[in-house]
Amino acid sequence: MQQFAPLFRKDNQSVRYLVVDDSVFARKNLIKMIEMFGGEVAGEAGDGLTAIAEFNRTKPDIVLMDITMPQMEGIEAVERIVRQHGDARIVMVSSVGYQENILAALQKGAKHFVQKPVKAEVLYEILRYVLSDDPNATGAPVALAGEHRA
Amino acid sequence: MRMELIQPFINAADAVFAESLQAPTKIVDLSMDEEIYRRKGVAALILIKGDIEGRVILDLAPEVALKIAGHLAGGGVQESEQLARETVCELANMVIGNSVTLLNDQGFRFKVFPPEIHVNDQGLAGSADTEAMVMCIETPCGEVYLNIAMHYLHRRRRERDSAAVLD
Repeated sequence: MQQFAPLFRKDNQSVRYLVVDDSVFARKNLIKMIEMFGGEVAGEAGDGLTAIAEFNRTKPDIVLMDITMPQMEGIEAVERIVRQHGDARIVMVSSVGYQENILAALQKGAKHFVQKPVKAEVLYEILRYVLSDDPNATGAPVALAGEHRA
Repeated sequence: MRMELIQPFINAADAVFAESLQAPTKIVDLSMDEEIYRRKGVAALILIKGDIEGRVILDLAPEVALKIAGHLAGGGVQESEQLARETVCELANMVIGNSVTLLNDQGFRFKVFPPEIHVNDQGLAGSADTEAMVMCIETPCGEVYLNIAMHYLHRRRRERDSAAVLD
């Protein structure tokens, strides 16, 4: 199994994640990767509405958010979370990676997008970038896990 | 059935399984089928409506689904029917999502409905005049079947294009 240097917050604490996906299976996969990166799972949610409640309860450092979910889709949940918490760091994780979806998510306040199936090394680099909060790096390209297939 | 509609599904299925399992996969059988679909294991059916309409079925034997789940989880999964269903559902989501991305980038617009899981034969029967493409992919965990029945709605796309011109 590939080894990753642990990712930390600026205060050297573990990074806390909220994992949002209607598939328990997909959440387990993401959690496995989070643990490989030395992170901590602050909460889980299976739809956008629960994600908002869990965000308010757990105040995570990073949210990994699916797009297509029951009750409330990921993009609407991003909009509502960012409206309340302007500094929320949300990374979209979806198998549907066409331009409109990516743009809509970024316009609503998501920081990045990764396409399923998620490769651990791609997610790691994205998290490292999002956690860096480097204002000079905001123009970095969106990395898609499947982009080599285009 | 037009090959340009089918090719993205073939490419996406091949790539999703190869990437998920970190091993080469091989398409060992590709055929056209006019028979009513007969499920082989746990099947996820996804409906598509819009410029393109039809359905895609991803079908795996439960033991294959559990092997894939174990591989993705790095081993140590508790085998259950629920886990097999979850695995098939998520694999179907990934295959369809990646195919939809490729088709959307070619200008096709449509809605994809969430997967319905079937462990019996009810709900899988297509209309008698629907020709389906059946593909068998050989993976290190076993065989995976993809059944695609799709047609292209010229009228729907023309209407949308002319509406866009009027805008």
